[in-house]
Amino acid sequence: MQLLHFAILSPFLFAFFIPFFAKYAKKIHTGWFVLVLPILLFIYFIRMLSITMAGETVRSVLEWIPSLGINFTVYIDGLGLLFALLITGIGALVVLYSIFYLSKEKEQLGPFYVYLLMFMGAMLGVVLVDNVMVLYMFWELTSLSSFLLIGYWYKREKSRYGATKSLLITVFGGLCMLGGFILLYIITDSFSIREMINQVHLIASHDFFIPAMILILLGAFTKSAQFPFYIWLPDAMEAPTPVSAYLHSATMVKAGIYVIARFSPVFAFSSEWFWIVSLTGIITMVWGSFHAVKQTDLKAILAFSTVSQLGMVVSMLGAGAAALHYDNTEYYTVATMAAIFHLINHATFKGSLFMAAGIIDHETGTRDIRRLGGLMAIMPITFTISLIGTFSMAGLPPFNGFLSKEMFFTSMLRVTHVDLFNVQTWGVLFPVLAWIGSVFTFIYSMKLLFQTFRGTYQPDKLEKKAHEAPIGMLISPVILVAFAVSLFFFPNILSYSVIEPAVSSIYPTLLDSHEKFHVHISQWHGFTAEVFMTLGIIVIGTAGYLTLSKWKGIYQLFSEKLTLNRLYDKLTIGMEKGSYQVTKRYMTGFLRDYLLYVFAAFIILMGSALVFKGGFSFSTEGTAKIGVYEIILSVVMISATAATVFAKSRLTAIISLGVVGYTLALFFVIFRAPDLALTQLVIETISVALFLLCFYHLPKLRWKKKTRTFRLNNFIISLGVGIIVTLLGIASSSQRTKDSIASFFTKHSHDLGGGDNVVNVILVDFRGFDTMFEITVLTIAALGIYGMIKTKVNEEGKSVEPREDK
Amino acid sequence: MLTVILQISLGIMAVSTLLYVIRVIKGPSVPDRVIALDAIGINLIAITALVSILLRTSVFLDIILLLGILSFIGTIAFSKFLEKGEVIENDRDR
Repeated sequence: MQLLHFAILSPFLFAFFIPFFAKYAKKIHTGWFVLVLPILLFIYFIRMLSITMAGETVRSVLEWIPSLGINFTVYIDGLGLLFALLITGIGALVVLYSIFYLSKEKEQLGPFYVYLLMFMGAMLGVVLVDNVMVLYMFWELTSLSSFLLIGYWYKREKSRYGATKSLLITVFGGLCMLGGFILLYIITDSFSIREMINQVHLIASHDFFIPAMILILLGAFTKSAQFPFYIWLPDAMEAPTPVSAYLHSATMVKAGIYVIARFSPVFAFSSEWFWIVSLTGIITMVWGSFHAVKQTDLKAILAFSTVSQLGMVVSMLGAGAAALHYDNTEYYTVATMAAIFHLINHATFKGSLFMAAGIIDHETGTRDIRRLGGLMAIMPITFTISLIGTFSMAGLPPFNGFLSKEMFFTSMLRVTHVDLFNVQTWGVLFPVLAWIGSVFTFIYSMKLLFQTFRGTYQPDKLEKKAHEAPIGMLISPVILVAFAVSLFFFPNILSYSVIEPAVSSIYPTLLDSHEKFHVHISQWHGFTAEVFMTLGIIVIGTAGYLTLSKWKGIYQLFSEKLTLNRLYDKLTIGMEKGSYQVTKRYMTGFLRDYLLYVFAAFIILMGSALVFKGGFSFSTEGTAKIGVYEIILSVVMISATAATVFAKSRLTAIISLGVVGYTLALFFVIFRAPDLALTQLVIETISVALFLLCFYHLPKLRWKKKTRTFRLNNFIISLGVGIIVTLLGIASSSQRTKDSIASFFTKHSHDLGGGDNVVNVILVDFRGFDTMFEITVLTIAALGIYGMIKTKVNEEGKSVEPREDK
Repeated sequence: MLTVILQISLGIMAVSTLLYVIRVIKGPSVPDRVIALDAIGINLIAITALVSILLRTSVFLDIILLLGILSFIGTIAFSKFLEKGEVIENDRDR
C-alpha cells in the first residue's frame, strides 16, 4: 500500500473521525477539520504535475482479489490527474464555502461532511484506478453518496423525490456500465484499462464490440446527464447548494465525461462511437440550453445550463474521435483539447455561479427570479461574481468561456469535413445546432444575471432583508472567478501542464512517444468564421433576450404533458401499477389457482419434453402376463376411485378412499410384498380414522353437502396430468438401460445383513439412513401435531389454554 | 386340481367383493356402506388366504390376522362415529 492508495482512501478514513469532531468539538464548525484534507490532497496532486508533464505515468498495484484479477491498481496519467486536481481543488473551495453556508446550530454537520468525504474519495477512486471493477465500485459509491447528499434535508418530500430519481437513473446506468465492463473482460480477459487499450484490435473484431460500447456509453450518459437521462439533474437541485456546486456542476456529472474520455482509445476508432457521442452531446446541448431559458428558479437554470454545457463537452469528445480516422491529426484533436479546456472552465464558472446562487438564496430567502431584482447595489460583490460567471458561460470576452466556445465552434466546423456514414451531408447540422445552442446559452445567461440584479428591488416579496454575504462565503467564488478571468489572459499556463498530458492520454497511440500535441490557445485568430458566429450570438442573443416576453409562448408548445419528466413519472408509477396488477392477477390467494399453475407447468414441460425430445417409447418386452386377479382388482380400484371423485357426501368419499387403500394392500399381496401390505393396511385404517376426525370438526355453518362443481379447466388439467404420468410410466419401463441391483440384496441379505427378510434387512441394514430420517419425520409430525393442539396463541401473542371442545 | 378349485374360489370371492363395492358406492345410507366395508374386509381375509395357498407361502398369514383386527376396529370406530358423532371421547366430558 503506497501513498497513492492512501490518498484515495484517506477521505474514507477521515470520514470515520468526522462524527467524533461533530460531537465533541461543537464550538468549532466541523468543516474546518474537513478542509485540511482536500487542501493536502490538492498539494499532493499538484506535485505530480511534473510527472505527467514529462509524459510519464505512475502505476501502483495493491492486490485485492488477485485470483479474480481484481486489484486496486492506481494509474496516474494526464487525464486522471486533471480530474483529481478538479476534485480536490474545487472540493477544498466547496468545503470552505459550506462552512459559512451551513449553520453550526441548525444543521446536522456530521452526516453532511461524512457523505461529502465519502463522495470525494469515491470520485478520486473513479478517476485514478485502472481496474474496471474497482472503478465500478467507486462509481456506485459516487451514486450512493450523491443520493445521500441530495436527500440531505430528508424531511422535505422533494429532496426525497430528487434523491430517489437520481439514484434510479444513475444506478441504471451504472449497471449497464458493469455489463459493458464484463463484456470487455470477456473479450480481453483482463480488467485493466491499460490492457484493454493494448488489445484494441482484438476488441474491434469481436462481436461484443458494439454492445460493450453502448452499455458503457449508457453508464456515462446517465451519470453525465445527457439526453434523455438529464432529468435527474434538475431535481437534484434540492440538495444543499455546496453539494450542487460540487457534485452537480464540477465533479460527479463529469465522471461520465471521464469515462468517455478514458475509453476513447478503446472505442473511438469506430464510426459508431463518433456518431453516438457527438450527436448525443450536441442534442443535449441544444435541448438543455433551450429549456434553461424557461426556468424561473436560479438553481434550475444552472442545472439545465450544466446539462447543456456537459453536452457541449461530450460532443467535442465525440468530434475529437475523428482524429483517429484521418491523418490530419492536428485538425481534429482541437476538439478534444477544447473539451478538456472547457471542462476546466466549466468547473470554474459554474462552481462560482452555484455559490453565488447559494448566497442569494441565503441572504434573501428565495431563489425565484420572479421575486428577485435590484440586488446590484445591495450585493455588489455577488453581482461581480455572477457577472463574470454568466459572461464566461455565455462565451463572451474577456473570460475563459469565450476561448473554449471559440474552440468549440472550430471543432464543430471541422466536423463538417468528416466523412463517416455520410457525415458530409448531415455534418453541417453540427455547427448550426452548436450555434443555436449557444444563442440560447447567451439568452439564459443574461436572464440569470439581469433579472436577478437589475430591475427594482422588491423587499416585500423577500423573506429576509437582503444584504451582502459574509466575507467567508465570498472567498471561494472569488477564487473561482479569479481563475475564470486569468485563464482568459493566460490560457497557455494550462496548455502543456494539464491539457496536453490529458489529450495524450486520450490518444495514446496517435503520436510517437517523444512527440507532443501542439496546444496553443489564443485569444484572437483573426476574422474567422468563429468570430462571426460569436458576433451573431451576441446580436441575436441580445435581441432574443430583450424580446423574451414576446416569444415566450413557444414554450407553451412544449406542454408539461410531453416532457421527459412526465415520462419518467408515468414510467415509475406505471411500472409500479403494472407489476401490482400483474401480481394481483396471478397471486389470487387461492390454493386452487396455484395448483393449476404447478400442474399446467408440469404438463407443458413434461409433455413437450416427451414430444420434442422423443422421450416416449413403448415396448412390451419383459412385461409379465396380466392375470385375472389383477384385472378384477383394477376394476375394483377404478370404481372406488370414481366413487371418491363423484361422491355426493364427504363420508362416502372417505369410505371409498378406504376401499382404494385396502385394494392397494391387496395388490401388494398379489405382487408378493407382505411387509408393504401389512403397513398399508394399518396406515390406511389410521388415515381413515383421521379423516373421520377431521370430518367431525368441520365447521357447522359452512358445512354444505355439495358436490364439486364441474370445471372444464380442472378436468383438462387432471386428465393431462394423468395421461402424462401414464405415458411417463410406460416410457420409463419400456427403456430400462441397466439391470436392477436387487439381485445383490437377495444374494447377500443373509450373509451380510444376518436376516432372511430382505425388505427389512434393506430398511435397517443396507439403507438404514433412510429409515432413521423417516423416523425423524414421524417424530417431527407427532411433535408438530402435539404443539398445534396444545399451544395456542391469542392475538396479543400470549399462549392460552386450548379451547375446550363441547 | 387344487389350483383350479382355488382359482374358482378366488373368482367367487372377487365377484362377491365387487358386489360389496357396488353397495359401498350406492349406499344408500352410511351404515350400509360401513357394513359393506366390513364385509369387504372379511373377503380380503379370504382372498389373502387363498392367494397364499396359491403362491405356496406362509408370509401372508400375518396379514390375515391384521386384517381381522383392523376390520373389527374400523367397523367399531365407524359405528361409534355414527352413534356418538366422534370416535375418541374426551375424558373430561364425562
